[in-house]
Amino acid sequence: SRWLQLGRRAALAAGALGAGSGAALYLSTPAFATELTLHSSHLPWSHNGWFSSLDAASVRRGYFVFKQVCAACHSMKFIAYRHLVGVCLTEEEAKAEAAEIQVQDGPDETGQMFERPGKLSDFFPNPYPNVEAAKAANGGAAPPDLSFIVAARHGGADYLFHLLTGYMDPPAGRLVGEGLYYNPYFPGGAIAMAQALYNEIIEYEDGTPATQSQLAKDVATFLTFTSEMEHDDRKRIALKVLPWTLVLVACSWFAKRHVFTYLKSRKIAYKNRPPRKFYT
Amino acid sequence: IYFFNRNLPLLSLLDLGTPVNISYFWNFGSLLGLFCGVQIFSGVLLSMHYQNSIEMAFFSVNLSIQNEVFLGWFFHNVHSSGASFFFVFLYCHLFRGLYYGGFNQINIWMSGVTILLFSMALAFLGYVLPWGQMSFWGATVITNLFSAIPYVGEDVVHVLWGGYGVAGPTLNRFFSLHFLVPFLMVMVAFFHVFIFLHVKGSSNPLGGPINQFLKIEFFPYFVVKDFFGIYLIFFVFFYFCLLNPRLLLDSENFIEANSLVTPVHIQPEWYFLSSYAILRSIPNKFGGVVALAFSVLFFYFFPFFFQNLYNNSFFNNNNVKFYFWFWLSSAIVLCYVGASPVEYPWVSIGIVFTFFYFSGFFFLLF
Repeated sequence: SRWLQLGRRAALAAGALGAGSGAALYLSTPAFATELTLHSSHLPWSHNGWFSSLDAASVRRGYFVFKQVCAACHSMKFIAYRHLVGVCLTEEEAKAEAAEIQVQDGPDETGQMFERPGKLSDFFPNPYPNVEAAKAANGGAAPPDLSFIVAARHGGADYLFHLLTGYMDPPAGRLVGEGLYYNPYFPGGAIAMAQALYNEIIEYEDGTPATQSQLAKDVATFLTFTSEMEHDDRKRIALKVLPWTLVLVACSWFAKRHVFTYLKSRKIAYKNRPPRKFYT
Repeated sequence: IYFFNRNLPLLSLLDLGTPVNISYFWNFGSLLGLFCGVQIFSGVLLSMHYQNSIEMAFFSVNLSIQNEVFLGWFFHNVHSSGASFFFVFLYCHLFRGLYYGGFNQINIWMSGVTILLFSMALAFLGYVLPWGQMSFWGATVITNLFSAIPYVGEDVVHVLWGGYGVAGPTLNRFFSLHFLVPFLMVMVAFFHVFIFLHVKGSSNPLGGPINQFLKIEFFPYFVVKDFFGIYLIFFVFFYFCLLNPRLLLDSENFIEANSLVTPVHIQPEWYFLSSYAILRSIPNKFGGVVALAFSVLFFYFFPFFFQNLYNNSFFNNNNVKFYFWFWLSSAIVLCYVGASPVEYPWVSIGIVFTFFYFSGFFFLLF
């Protein structure tokens, strides 16, 4: 018998030719500077598993890192203090955190706007009154809002961690513009934000050593939470729904096969006899 | 008269004769019907909380629905994953029809392609609603295509926009249209299934005369087979909704729309990538728009060029099978090209495979 039919040999040859030419084309592509962004490796976050929740202690530490380091320049206008209650702060702690900020409210009975301490329902404050002020204070680049930053960046929490810990001297010959800093993980390589996290820049209340990587890990976990507040609910529901759907699949598969048994076990037999005539 | 007596929709689900040998590729029709219902249901729930002004759209989707409405995130994920699944089923259903010669039933085919066009319009309109960066810029790119219409193009675009650029009025009318079109689509789908299909019933993988006598009742056989397919798809669907909702989403759409900042890579959702690649492969603006339109509209022409004796592809010469797979593989490569930046080598690859995409169609004519 023939090893392969002619048509299949032809298809195999075409496939090999296609694959070979594809490889040659790919390897001959010149590399562009924008493609020289270092891709962040996948980090073993404790919340990576299908049924793993966010580390609440890490989220809490991350909130304090955000408040003490990042909130000086970055807004988080979609997160309110009440969102943190029951996740990383108790209600009293959240009220105390909110009370630290001043919020413009009003008008009062005389028609004047006034300032009052924050409440749980207030959103995180914006350090700048508008985008232009943010740009002017930061060398022309407004610090982005961090509410959904983990969702809004390719690579998510991995990218954030690597970005925050990835500041280094540029390689020889690589020029970085004035007011910019070299970071291989940032698209283009030159980021307007100076390195923000250093060892021991803040002190954790629970005594965790505040190394740079610990700070980055905690703030990335906190930002994962703010980008995806339904994270824990979602996985808990998945834990209930997915095994149940598997049970349904198994039962319906059995039911289908059961119902089709007659049809699937039929056989067509040829009996050599003259055809019957139907006309009268 | 027999048609009207026995063709009551619900009754036909029970005892319409169905060929005994239809494969699992015939499940996609019922899956499409189910997911149409899922999308409408989740969409109506979302529309109760969505605010369609440009100030509040992003807030209402990403904060209000996602975080504050009970199970809002769930229905948001269902609706966005459901759209992707709907397109998977649409394409599989379409490829089944192409491969097994379903275009010989002209009524069914035409109404089906109309449903495809409605769905593509619907998906485009829906993607604009969260008012993220990709929503805004995708809307800008695609609505600007209408300016390629000679003489009236600019005015058509201004009417479409409700202004001189994609802005508040655009979002408002896109929301209204996105709410309206599903009901038009359901009407066409009703005709597609209950009026056109149930005249002769389903075709089958072998096609032809076998269709007429080797039939069994729809209930319980294909009801139970459809349920199996539905539960299997539910497993995959809930995986996407609950465990990996961001896999099919563009991270750029989590940034508020800003008309002053253009994203580095503007690309549509995956189901539009092959059409997008075709659009970008033609250097001429009008030519690109025509190619884009033709890449979907050429399905309308299939019944008139490929009249088969046996109502299927099984008995055709091998050229037809080859060109089906040739066309399909070029469509898949074009998906990848559509997601790539407009640089070497993707530009050349895009042009070559656009040629392959249309050549299959033209070679089959002769």
